[in-house]
Amino acid sequence: EHEVEKMFTLKPGRLPQADVKNVIFFVRPKLELMDIITDNVLREDRGRSPQRDFHILFVPRRSLLCEQWLKEQGVLGSFIHREQYSLDLIPFDGDLLSMESESAFKECYLESDQTSLYHAAKGLMTLQALYGTIPQIFGKGECARHVANMMIRMKREFPGSQNSIFPVFDTLLLLDRNVDLLTPLATQLTYEGLIDEIYGIQNTYVKLPPEKFAPKKQGEGKDLPTEPKKLQLNSAEELYAEIRDKNFNAVGSVLSKKAKIISAAFEERHHAKTVGEIKQFVSQLPHMQAARSSLANHTSIAELIKDITTSEDFFDNLTVEQEFMSGIDTDKVNNYIEDCIAQKHPLIKILRLVCLQSVCNSGLKQKVLDHYKREILQTYGYEHILTLNNLEKAGLLKPQTSGRNNYPTIRKTLRLWMDDVNEQNPNDISYVYSGYAPLSVRLAQLLARPGWRSIEEVLKMLPGPHFEERQQLPTGLQKKRQHGENRVTLVFFLGGVTYAEIAALRFLSQMEDGGTEYVIATTKLINGTSWIKSLMEKLEPPPF
Amino acid sequence: MSRARADEEEYWHSSKFRAFTFDDEDDELSQLKESKRAVNSLRDIVDDDDDDDLERVSWSGEPVGSISWSIKETASSSSSSLEGRDSSLQKGSSSYAAFPKQVSSYSLSSLFKGRNKLPSFQSLSDALSDTGIKNYAPELRRPKAEYKDYCSDWSPKDTVRRMQRGKVCSLERFRSLQDKLVLLDEAVAGHDGNVITAVLIFLKRTLRREILFRELEVRQVALCHLIHFLKETGEQKLLLDLLRFLDRTEEVALSQYREHLNIQDVEKRREFLKGCIGLPFSAEDTSHIQDHYTLLERQIIIEANDRHLETAGQSEIFRKYPRKASILNMPLVTTLFYSCFYHYTEAEGTFSSPTNLKKTFKIPDKQYVLTALAARAKLRAWDDVDALFTTKNWLGYTKKKAPIGFHRVVEILQRNNAPVQVLQEYVRLVEDVETRLNLATKYKCHDVVIETYKDLKDRIQLTAYKCKVERGSAEEEKINSILNNMQIRWKN
Repeated sequence: EHEVEKMFTLKPGRLPQADVKNVIFFVRPKLELMDIITDNVLREDRGRSPQRDFHILFVPRRSLLCEQWLKEQGVLGSFIHREQYSLDLIPFDGDLLSMESESAFKECYLESDQTSLYHAAKGLMTLQALYGTIPQIFGKGECARHVANMMIRMKREFPGSQNSIFPVFDTLLLLDRNVDLLTPLATQLTYEGLIDEIYGIQNTYVKLPPEKFAPKKQGEGKDLPTEPKKLQLNSAEELYAEIRDKNFNAVGSVLSKKAKIISAAFEERHHAKTVGEIKQFVSQLPHMQAARSSLANHTSIAELIKDITTSEDFFDNLTVEQEFMSGIDTDKVNNYIEDCIAQKHPLIKILRLVCLQSVCNSGLKQKVLDHYKREILQTYGYEHILTLNNLEKAGLLKPQTSGRNNYPTIRKTLRLWMDDVNEQNPNDISYVYSGYAPLSVRLAQLLARPGWRSIEEVLKMLPGPHFEERQQLPTGLQKKRQHGENRVTLVFFLGGVTYAEIAALRFLSQMEDGGTEYVIATTKLINGTSWIKSLMEKLEPPPF
Repeated sequence: MSRARADEEEYWHSSKFRAFTFDDEDDELSQLKESKRAVNSLRDIVDDDDDDDLERVSWSGEPVGSISWSIKETASSSSSSLEGRDSSLQKGSSSYAAFPKQVSSYSLSSLFKGRNKLPSFQSLSDALSDTGIKNYAPELRRPKAEYKDYCSDWSPKDTVRRMQRGKVCSLERFRSLQDKLVLLDEAVAGHDGNVITAVLIFLKRTLRREILFRELEVRQVALCHLIHFLKETGEQKLLLDLLRFLDRTEEVALSQYREHLNIQDVEKRREFLKGCIGLPFSAEDTSHIQDHYTLLERQIIIEANDRHLETAGQSEIFRKYPRKASILNMPLVTTLFYSCFYHYTEAEGTFSSPTNLKKTFKIPDKQYVLTALAARAKLRAWDDVDALFTTKNWLGYTKKKAPIGFHRVVEILQRNNAPVQVLQEYVRLVEDVETRLNLATKYKCHDVVIETYKDLKDRIQLTAYKCKVERGSAEEEKINSILNNMQIRWKN
């Protein structure tokens, strides 16, 4: 449409050949990326004709810091245009928006840099321009307060932006990630959550080991594909929409049921007698074939995951997590964690567990904390002292200062631990972690009914203020609710959200008597591993 | 080159742009040089030792002052003399100050918004509804002020707002300290880190350090941004000065310590770490840093020695198991493993002996035994393994003891492919009967299984186990003889 010749991914070195006049760099404002671009530009053949012109587009904002950097590298002048593409919230699914800013949590809680919150507020303003002013804003946490303030300010400064669109959302709930540090640390047990934990979902795509996906018919296993299998995962795929949010233990039975239905459907061709029946069967074929390949894919993925979830180590790890979350032995050095350190399991796994213990104990006893620290530094290297420091700053790992452990009270009041969890036919959100109900989602649930006033005491124990704001609507736009009509709440997770939390909110949306539907927005889709990684100090590769 | 706003769209859509090519850049550079000369000559006149020669350049303009430039400026700086210079500066670089890029810049973004000709409020819903492209509404609403000339006075508030919308703004107009601080406060109030950082870069360049630090101390948000910014761009020296000024000693220490990661040369790194020991870390961290230094010091000695041994080819162990990598910069436990592997028998006096490492770094028993076990098992030195767990009491009886639980010992041995005879000796020592049975069955330590069932007086299980052993083997015979033993009172 715009006569774009080719698209390239950014990588260092010489730019690929292309007979074009203009080259546009489409980038996040990050200094590392600036270095790559500098490299690209410097290697450009000056003698070639026609000279290519460079332009740079920052997403979502122009960064003066990056421009300054480019200037210092002496290439800023090569860019004819430097502009921004204000893409704040990117739609990921029918009910999910993400800013995909992985450093948001680190910036907000470690560096006290609130730029990402500014972008969040801007994104919300855009959303309101499209879907109407949201009459009620609730929030919990320091960052939530900030975003709400910015929204109110932006509205005040641009009164013309008052629009006449009938509001889609009734309520906005802003939640700080640091109000609930626990949830992302635990291993997600929904199907999608596990795929993310094990293989990492990147922008709705997942890369899987190819062995299980090799077509069986052709060439007797001669040339196994070596490229990882790349699959897109979203609710457009009927089967995936059905199983993504289920507890993994409930996925197997769905898959086998589907398999039966599909093979029965294929069997029907034998019963087709008249030409009309055959024609009808043939017309259904494409759909059936799509369903069959979707089923084959997910059966393979489920097998891959099952190999891991049935392993001894996965079980041991989960047992310890669940012990911590239900409040068992959180105040002493844990044997399993010690063993894992001794066996040099991946550092991130250790950090996740230690942080989980710390959060479930409102901080570790100084002696316990020192012990873990010493073991980690001795085994993984002293330089990790920097990472440990970051985790302390973010509140994930800390000494118990008050001498009181608030977690049991929080757990009991918010019913975070449910002993009788039903994984197959869940009746509570705790199914997403097989027992633990994510705190963040509990807050959303309690807000809808009976309201936060009932949990004032606990809210005070959690960090940051909680608040409520109202945005006046012109009388013509005020909603007259039909009986039985659902309220729509937009939950914005500042600092990231996990797939399991999303699953829990979807579960609430689908509850018969829930009365509230949820749409989810976040700064970044995270899991414990990617989250901890974002907080780790980047260490130079060893010099050999 | 400056154009009226209304022309912009057309300009971009219709004409082949010719705004800014490399040649132009050269032109501008020469113009800049000219203006620089002009400024330099002015210096005598205005009697202001200001060496900020590229004053008029905007944030996205080309040259910028290096960090070392700083204007000695105080709140009382005479504004009249500055103004005088100001106007002549404008002449000198007028074509530059017009910012040709700015003109076309707007229209590029409009490409992405679709072709809304008149960016008025009317088009907002159009642009948003048909493409769904996220664009913050106020961006399309343009205050009248925008039509003013670039050189006109923006209030700090307007300046910040313009910058928030990604527009180019000259900050150099803000000359007095007071103006600058108002600008900073406006930027902070806007919450846009991008703008805050931009203002900070400006202040950093134009304010004396002490003043900048002092003013930031009472502006925490801005302060955090500056710290983040300095970290990001690696301006270590200024960062440390700032942290010191703020008395954040622990942060100074950590930040300084972080630098060792950038030092590749081990000798230099060691020296650097030595310097870190005295830094004001927390008590706990101080001992870690001390250990880090001591470890690297050790590693350098060990490495030199062992490399020599290896190349000389005299030492059998190095011949048999050539080293895969150098030990430099490895974690402590890895170093201990290495020393248990290559230097196990050395006397405690040598730097490379495991016992010396254990003592120096106060390695806990558990950790030590695990590591030594793994190393000796890898070498299949079963006698050493045996010795690790053997203790003598005062009567001279020997006893097997492990600080880690024998099931762990079995696991490690098994992973190193220990023969069944070795393995079963430790399986036998596993205290918990169930675990013992599990391990024994898993690793086919038949004797242990048989004896355990015998102890449990479990005839049924023992009989069932018969099919697991080879026919006619010694184990089968043993089972048979036990089953035939009339003295055992079977529980079933």
